[in-house]
Amino acid sequence: MKKFTTTLAALMILGSSSSFGDGHKVKVGMITTLSGGGSGLGIDVRDGFMLAIKGNKNISVITKDDQRKPDIAVQLADKMIQSDKVDVLTGIIWSNLAMAVVPATVNQGKFYLSPNAGPSKLAGKGCHKNYFNVAWQNDNLHEAAGGYANSAGFKNSFILAPNYPAGKDALTGYKRYFKGSLAGEIYTKLGQKDYAAEIAQIRASGADSVFFFLPGGMGIGFMKQFSQSGIKLPVVGPAFSFDQGILKAVGDAALGVKNTSQWSKDIDNNANKKFVKDFQSEYGRLPSLYASQGYDTGKLLISAMSKAKVKDKDKFRDALRKADFSSTRGKFSFDKNHHPIQDIYVREVIKEGKILTNKIVSVGLKDHSNAYVSECKM
Amino acid sequence: MTSILIFEQLLNGIQFGTMLFLMSAGLTLIFGVMGLINLAHGSFYMIGAFSAALIASLTGSFWLALLASLSGAAIAGVLVEIIIIRRLYRRDHLDQVLATFALILLLSEGVRWCFGAFPLYLDIPKNLNGTFPILDDIIYSKYRLFIIFMGLLIAAGLYILISKTRLGVRIRAGQNDRQMISALGIDISKLYTIVFALGASLAGLAGAMIGAIQSVEVGMGEPILILAFVVIVIGGIGSIKGALIGSILVGVTDTIGRVFLPELLKIFMEPASATSVGSSIGSMLIYILMALILIIKPSGLFGKT
Repeated sequence: MKKFTTTLAALMILGSSSSFGDGHKVKVGMITTLSGGGSGLGIDVRDGFMLAIKGNKNISVITKDDQRKPDIAVQLADKMIQSDKVDVLTGIIWSNLAMAVVPATVNQGKFYLSPNAGPSKLAGKGCHKNYFNVAWQNDNLHEAAGGYANSAGFKNSFILAPNYPAGKDALTGYKRYFKGSLAGEIYTKLGQKDYAAEIAQIRASGADSVFFFLPGGMGIGFMKQFSQSGIKLPVVGPAFSFDQGILKAVGDAALGVKNTSQWSKDIDNNANKKFVKDFQSEYGRLPSLYASQGYDTGKLLISAMSKAKVKDKDKFRDALRKADFSSTRGKFSFDKNHHPIQDIYVREVIKEGKILTNKIVSVGLKDHSNAYVSECKM
Repeated sequence: MTSILIFEQLLNGIQFGTMLFLMSAGLTLIFGVMGLINLAHGSFYMIGAFSAALIASLTGSFWLALLASLSGAAIAGVLVEIIIIRRLYRRDHLDQVLATFALILLLSEGVRWCFGAFPLYLDIPKNLNGTFPILDDIIYSKYRLFIIFMGLLIAAGLYILISKTRLGVRIRAGQNDRQMISALGIDISKLYTIVFALGASLAGLAGAMIGAIQSVEVGMGEPILILAFVVIVIGGIGSIKGALIGSILVGVTDTIGRVFLPELLKIFMEPASATSVGSSIGSMLIYILMALILIIKPSGLFGKT
């Protein structure tokens, strides 16, 4: 009898390994912003992800453009889950779109790997076992900026961000770590491009430093106008206004500005060197932090696939949780709420030849997690 | 809250207003003369900025770039008018709105296809960088003063064009009675093309001048298009004078509101919620202004009743 069971077990293993090829295939649905304003971010995430999985025959990817609209993202996700039968979703850039798509996706038993958006709700009370954030929790880079402001000796900061949830997260994050006082706090209109009025207020406020979170085109306008205004205050902000995609548009106005990021082109490890080199030869441009996030997402997926089949949800989840891949950021692991524990660096904008780029000047926060771990019941 | 700050914000409002004027002058002319609602007007703003960024990166000259923005947007305007818009004059406004909305999508994706999704670089000339002391304590950005100057110059130019030249007479005649002017032997379709190109080139110039201090990217025209519509509704549709006064009114109200409203609310609210509530109401202020003006004068300040 015992012999029989072992034979049966052996047969079962054999049986499962004969379907090895099939069971290890993963279908990925990527919903990201590929048209209109802000498409640079989505394109970078997609290109980074595709670079990471290049040549891997077991992964098939369906990519769709969400046009930065929550309703379209929801439709795309429904279609991908219902008719395309994807196993894993990824790609969303904006927090409001993530809030619309992620909860429904993970509740239907699909995995969601976030390459960018990390709203606090999904890190705290709304955390889910099938949701993994490979980038950061939204507050992280701003917290590091607050920490940097202390070490730079700033005592009186003027802070501004757009009037929407991620903007409020940003100022909260900065204030959580910044020990000085505030010379002023402004919420600007989302999508605002002209900051003459705000800059006049900064000039009149008597601040000794300026912190701003104005992602994309908003930051380009602010930096140019700030440098033209002749105000000589030091500026600090998260990497979103100083990433490779938009530095070119800001121009020399960005030179010397300190910004905080979990990734930089010059992080010294082999995975990162390979990534930067491959990305440049594949696409003919320097990668941004968004590209690195897309790339790490792809590598994480591959690492989990080598350990478990995606149909075996519990094992696959455990494999994801181990984060057993060499990240472009060096040390990388997941905290209990499936958000990264990682170093956050302070970078400075420099000129390499004629190209503006960033260089690490120090480590802002070491092995940094997020403030919402305790709220997550998982 | 010092008087210097108030004065500076007033200048900011006027500068914003003069830029809005360049956009809304074209929009109101096109509506007044041809009866066309042109949602794609913001796309010419974008085309102007991209033409300028392209020429600036090739030649390094800001002034050539400004010329390029005028001519680039004008050429695009002529092409669009001849190929598409011409067919819309006889249609009702819903058809026009649908067609010009489709044009926004086509032109945005076309520009993205040519230039890529990443913002382009366009900077102001060196000699306009920095600030200019207007009075002892009041310093103001040279470039913004230049924008105000350009806006007023163009307003004056448009005034002379409309009231003193033969083309202006035809434009006014076209506004008053389309059938009569074509019956008098004026080539109405050529006149329409000229007016459309003029409107497009003004929008293009605005795009280049603003692109230099903000960002040159796909979709940059749509937010300002909405404000331009507010302006022409306030000023009275078809009236250049209304566009000028409406622009300044909207520019100043928007700037002053978003700066001083949070400060005002701080008197009787706690600072954190005052900033948040204040900036929310601040961004609504121009629409409130529009509603108030429409209650008093339903066809706008200078509109025909």
